[in-house]
Amino acid sequence: MENMVNIFLFGKKYSVPENLTIMTAMEYAGYQLVRGCGCRNGFCGACATIYRIKGERELKACLACQTKVEDNMYIATLPFFPLVKQVYDMETIKPTEAVMMQLYPEIYACVGCNACTKACTQGLNVMQYIAYAQRGDFEKCAEESFDCVMCGVCSSRCPAGISHPQVAMLARRINGKYLAPGCDHLENRVKEIKDGSFNELIEALMQKPVEELKELYNTREIEK
Amino acid sequence: MYSEKFQKSLAAVEAAREKNIALEPERMTAKQKEDLLAAYHPDYKADQFEVLKIGPNKGEKVPTELAEMLQAHSRISADSVDLSNPDYETDVLIIGGGGAGSSAAIEAHEAGADVMIVTKLRIGDANTMMAEGGIQAADKPNDSPAIHFVDAFGGGHFAAKRELLSKLVCDAPEAIQWLSNLGVEFDKDADGTMITTHGGGTSRKRMHAAKDYSGAEIMRTLRDEVLNRNIPVIDFTAAIELIMDENGNAAGAVLMNMETKELLVAKAKTVIIATGGAGRMHYQGFPTSNHYGATADGLVLGYRAGAKLLYAETLQYHPTGAAFPEQIFGALVTEKVRSLGAKLVNKNGEVFMHPLETRDVTAASVIRECSDRGNGIDTGNGFGVWLDTPMIEKIGGEGTIMKRIPAMWRMFDKYGIDIRKEPILIYPTLHYQNGGLDITPDCMTTNIKNLFVAGEAVGGIHGKNRLMGNSLLDIIVFGRSAGKSAAKAAKDTTVGELTLKHIEKFENEIKEAGIETSAVSPKLLPNYTKQNNI
Ligand SMILES: Cc1cc2nc3c(=O)[nH]c(=O)nc-3n(C[C@H](O)[C@H](O)[C@H](O)COP(=O)(O)OP(=O)(O)OC[C@H]3O[C@@H](n4cnc5c(N)ncnc54)[C@H](O)[C@@H]3O)c2cc1C
Ligand code: SF4
Ligand code: SF4
Ligand code: FES
Repeated sequence: MENMVNIFLFGKKYSVPENLTIMTAMEYAGYQLVRGCGCRNGFCGACATIYRIKGERELKACLACQTKVEDNMYIATLPFFPLVKQVYDMETIKPTEAVMMQLYPEIYACVGCNACTKACTQGLNVMQYIAYAQRGDFEKCAEESFDCVMCGVCSSRCPAGISHPQVAMLARRINGKYLAPGCDHLENRVKEIKDGSFNELIEALMQKPVEELKELYNTREIEK
Repeated sequence: MYSEKFQKSLAAVEAAREKNIALEPERMTAKQKEDLLAAYHPDYKADQFEVLKIGPNKGEKVPTELAEMLQAHSRISADSVDLSNPDYETDVLIIGGGGAGSSAAIEAHEAGADVMIVTKLRIGDANTMMAEGGIQAADKPNDSPAIHFVDAFGGGHFAAKRELLSKLVCDAPEAIQWLSNLGVEFDKDADGTMITTHGGGTSRKRMHAAKDYSGAEIMRTLRDEVLNRNIPVIDFTAAIELIMDENGNAAGAVLMNMETKELLVAKAKTVIIATGGAGRMHYQGFPTSNHYGATADGLVLGYRAGAKLLYAETLQYHPTGAAFPEQIFGALVTEKVRSLGAKLVNKNGEVFMHPLETRDVTAASVIRECSDRGNGIDTGNGFGVWLDTPMIEKIGGEGTIMKRIPAMWRMFDKYGIDIRKEPILIYPTLHYQNGGLDITPDCMTTNIKNLFVAGEAVGGIHGKNRLMGNSLLDIIVFGRSAGKSAAKAAKDTTVGELTLKHIEKFENEIKEAGIETSAVSPKLLPNYTKQNNI
């Protein structure tokens, strides 16, 4: 017989096997999930959840698909949090500090409480990446925030009303587009293709009998 | 930490580890592979397939679970929806907010069309978000689109539609450039050279990546761009039926609010199906690596309206899905674990195959070990075999795991299994839908005008098996192309009177064929509630 634990979904008690995640425990309890369930494997950030273990003071945050249930866990899902996403044109935006000031001025109101970092479901140093954004250090902000799944839990804890994942998204795009080094071999290849340099080769492959293609495939040289 | 019941087998694995590391297992001969596949690969299990009795692919076989959905009743009847007062009107209607749908939306918008996306969950809750490995493109000097073509054509068992495949490989470098310009952070050297690696079946190192979050990085960037363009995204809204016009062209979709079940009508000049894969159909009872909404809806929508399927009988089972612990059952264990030296070991501590055979052969071999040979380990949730990860540290030196596959370490560490010290249990998992709707190179279905398809819902780009890294590529190449084509076609289209007659016609076919079924489709979501047995 499986070992059971008691959990409280939105305050209501259910007895569920101890080896389930919060997500599968909800399903076990009878919830047919629609909201709050996306990839089921820690990538999409749909399943942000807050919980408190009875008797403990700390309110914890997690991803429901990545967290095992515990006895006396009080659970509330946070399937939506109103983040602020500014719109901008990537073609005309300038990779300068002023961008952050224009689009997300609230980051300068950070009080350094570190609640965001403590809450991050991915264990990221959120306060630090916001600090990089303040300084216009997009590269560092991008690096520090890379594993962000945009679940919004940090923002739900922030007294300054910052939408951290959106700030980080902007920093990463600016970094990827404007600050990362360009790529010559890519530019060249795109041009070669446009110029038709491979047309003949491809055309030949389109016409070849399957037997010849099999031969080509089976004897192809493989880069070490 | 494995419980008592695993200890005996674990001890055998540990005792044999040194010997197993030294062992160079033989590769199978072509004949052995053929026999193995025929006997154990899920695609060859005749009793798990059903011949379609109705529709454009009548007489062809597809997985039983898919046949049930393709030949099921509609969720609505033709006369129950009022088409005269559409809730939405647009030029291009995109069904599915994954990578293919988002790429299409951006390009259609760029071409000046009115676009909207409807999607079942949220935009980005999609298989695209989950891809770790990378995306292929022949952009290095020692590589070429022609070499890429040969790799993919052979890997797909020489069955790809050549005109689709040549488009895939020739448009690949531009796809990478497009993503870069949107701000996707590809792994690069200091001088800008792309860091590229091999994937299964590639003859050149052309796998581009963004750490081990390649799909997530692409998806969140595309999503951000869609939102920047103020393209309307109607989330938690599924398409449950296509709408046609009196001329037999696609002209919109009936939508269902997933939360309130309210029905809505979207009228459009052109429609793009970008609904992705089918892992959550759990074919043959397999677990899956896919997202929650991967239920083959697009195939059902298209089929009922009369669109043809191609290679819908071929699925990709990734040989190494997590078999234990239960919480991550079916989740992907990347191929890299084996490339770094971990071997597959059975209950008795024996290496039973070369770890780097192709995906289908490896999957079949694991299944044989766990079934007829009785050498699998009982996980409490089925059977599995060991993937001896501590070998990696012995071969590559201490620290290799943390350096090369940290995400894998984290995935198991959460459940108290340190893969540096203990092996993991794996079993094949349902991973990718090779087949789908049949299209021409401009992404239009071969037989319904103004109905376009992109992404995993397409069949024929890869043939009967897809190489790692070619799917992220196809969603960008064909997603963009579908967006452009659909915007262009919308310009020359005047929509005739809307109709759902095809539903009625399909109902009649069901009756005439004598199919007795209570099933309705599309499936939309799996049901994992206790009443339904997890
Ligand atoms: C774990 C994993 C790892 C992978 N790794 C790689 C890799 O390394 N390289 C590679 O090339 N490929 C990889 N793949 C494959 C690749 O990621 C997918 O094939 C590809 O991203 C599919 O994109 P898509 O846009 O067609 O579908 P998706 O990204 O799945 O998007 C489809 C969208 O449509 C929505 N939808 C479905 N039905 C409806 C409906 N009825 N109405 C409205 N909306 C609907 C879905 O909810 C979803 O949002 C991987 C896949 C998985 C699951
Ligand atoms: S930084 Fe915020 S949004 Fe990103 S993963 Fe952490 S908690 Fe979630
Ligand atoms: S929670 Fe908000 S105010 Fe506190 S450190 Fe984080 S960003 Fe600053
Ligand atoms: S469901 Fe995607 S992170 Fe949990």
